Amino acid sequence: MNNNIIEIKSLRKDYHVGEVTVHALRGVDLKIHEGEFVAIMGASGSGKSTMLNILGCLDKPTFGDYLLDGINVNTMNNDALARFRNKKLGFVFQSYNLLARTTALENVELPLFYNPQVRSRERKESALRALEAVGLSDRMHHMPNQLSGGQQQRVAIARSLVNDPVLILADEPTGNLDTRTSFEIMELFQDLNDKGRTIVYVTHETDIAKFATRNVTFRDGKIQRESIVNERLNAREILETLPVEAIEEFD
Amino acid sequence: MNYTNLFRIALRALIRNKLRAFLTMLGIIIGVASVIAMLAIGEGSKQKIRGQISSMGTNMVMVMPNMQRRGGVSLGASSSMALKYTDVLALRNEATALSAVSPEVTATGQVIYSNQNTQTTIYGVSEEYMGIKKLEILSGRFFNANEIKDMSKVCILGQTVVTNLFGAGADPVGLSIRIKNLPFQIIGVLKDKGESGMGQDQDDLILAPYTTVQRRLAAIDYINGIYASAISEEKSPTAIAEVEEILRRTHKLKESAENDFRVMSQSELLKTITSITDIMTYLLGAIAGISLLVGGIGIMNIMFVSVTERTREIGLRMSIGGRGKDIMKQFLAESIILSILGGVIGVVLGYLLARLAGSLMSSHAIVKTQSVVLAFIVCFIIGVFFGWYPARKAANLNPIDALRYE
Repeated sequence: MNNNIIEIKSLRKDYHVGEVTVHALRGVDLKIHEGEFVAIMGASGSGKSTMLNILGCLDKPTFGDYLLDGINVNTMNNDALARFRNKKLGFVFQSYNLLARTTALENVELPLFYNPQVRSRERKESALRALEAVGLSDRMHHMPNQLSGGQQQRVAIARSLVNDPVLILADEPTGNLDTRTSFEIMELFQDLNDKGRTIVYVTHETDIAKFATRNVTFRDGKIQRESIVNERLNAREILETLPVEAIEEFD
Repeated sequence: MNYTNLFRIALRALIRNKLRAFLTMLGIIIGVASVIAMLAIGEGSKQKIRGQISSMGTNMVMVMPNMQRRGGVSLGASSSMALKYTDVLALRNEATALSAVSPEVTATGQVIYSNQNTQTTIYGVSEEYMGIKKLEILSGRFFNANEIKDMSKVCILGQTVVTNLFGAGADPVGLSIRIKNLPFQIIGVLKDKGESGMGQDQDDLILAPYTTVQRRLAAIDYINGIYASAISEEKSPTAIAEVEEILRRTHKLKESAENDFRVMSQSELLKTITSITDIMTYLLGAIAGISLLVGGIGIMNIMFVSVTERTREIGLRMSIGGRGKDIMKQFLAESIILSILGGVIGVVLGYLLARLAGSLMSSHAIVKTQSVVLAFIVCFIIGVFFGWYPARKAANLNPIDALRYE
């Protein structure tokens, strides 16, 4: 377990808003191993969104080093970063960000369109496999508006899986979902994590953070607390205890 | 991202907004259709006029006497006695660029048959005249050299004269008519030729030997004009130069003196008239082109709306690996597809419009390949030109801000 997917050393991020300099991150050191399931927590303004943007190679640090899968991201230009994201990362967003009027299958295929090495047959097969992994292969020709919120988020997770990334980053993945559906999504994440996926997600809900193996809490641009989750919750077990009538699907 | 993928992504994005895509294309469709239709109508009428002019004769070169002035008073061209039959002989013998030369002597007068009469022009000509003016005999025959020499009172009637005197479709060969009270025998009838390019009835005429018209009808010793054929259309300018040179010599004109005759060729006439129709065509095309420009601005407008509306989509595409140039290419591809597809529909519509207009104006509308190719090139350029700025705007978006865009 000494294979570090993420290695961050004394990382700082400053924003210049007019004349004022905002120190969003003020020296962060963080290591995430392969196969970890990490929840990043913190109040708004704590720097956790900035951290996620940097982890997602959407933004570059002002000082310090960020190594993703052993590669230093700081030296890359925007195009190289895009390529890197395409090959190494999977994103899951709070509001799913699926393309409207586009089938689930086509939504999942999308990242592979930006990889010139993937042929169209391969693309379709990978997308089908990813949909299968999230349990939605029977909905592949449905449009997003024909799917429930939970199903849409599953499609988004399938999309994040399709390029076989080293890291899946999720930004408040259960923020738009009801309790039961949230647990279902966490069940899926735990399931993927059990199969070896490294997952990092941002949440402000403490009970959602308890599904992770480790919690990292940010405050004022620094890591306030890092802790191994002692009483880790198992989503499948919790779902079994929930009453069945809470199942809401609108299709 | 390869180009098939690019095309597919762009096409999918457009299909998601079919109605909007169609309405955007409409500007291009109307623009291209009107350009194609206008150019086709212009080309059609040009060809029609060209056909009419070339039906007037075979590489015709016309020599007319110049207007005579005496003491500042113009006496009019027809009163000039500058051209003589000897000029015809000189041209026949010396001009190398001419294949046939005929004199023309005209007389107007009353023509009577039985209780019918009509007013027409009698053209005194020689045998070559038929070929030069592209006239054909429908029935009977043309007069021969002996009849010219003998000043025979024989004549050939045009269809309008036949209709006026004998009724439509009659064959009066062998009958006798009175021209200016002299009896003439009808030895032939000309084939119908229709209106000339200038709306002149080319069948309202009688042909007779030039000697007969000159002496018996007009009582003059000069001729009114010379009609000749250049050996080819390209030789027309040479023929004109030769005619001028020969006639100046036979007329013994001094170096400083002006020509007492005018030489014109059919090809010059054609050039003058087609240059007018060309200007008309380009003018119409330019007006139609403005609507194409408006269509292009419509594309730009919609692309801007599209970029703003799809900011989150752009953010997503960037986060999953789309580079700025991929995003740019996608939006450019969308605008090019819009404009090219609009162009295709526009060309088809323009073609149909041109045919409709052609049948309404009883002339053919001719869609030239060049104008179709040009339309597509222009459409492509419009797509790139008006798609560029919105696409750049999309490509320069910051993925983080784009993803958070509400």
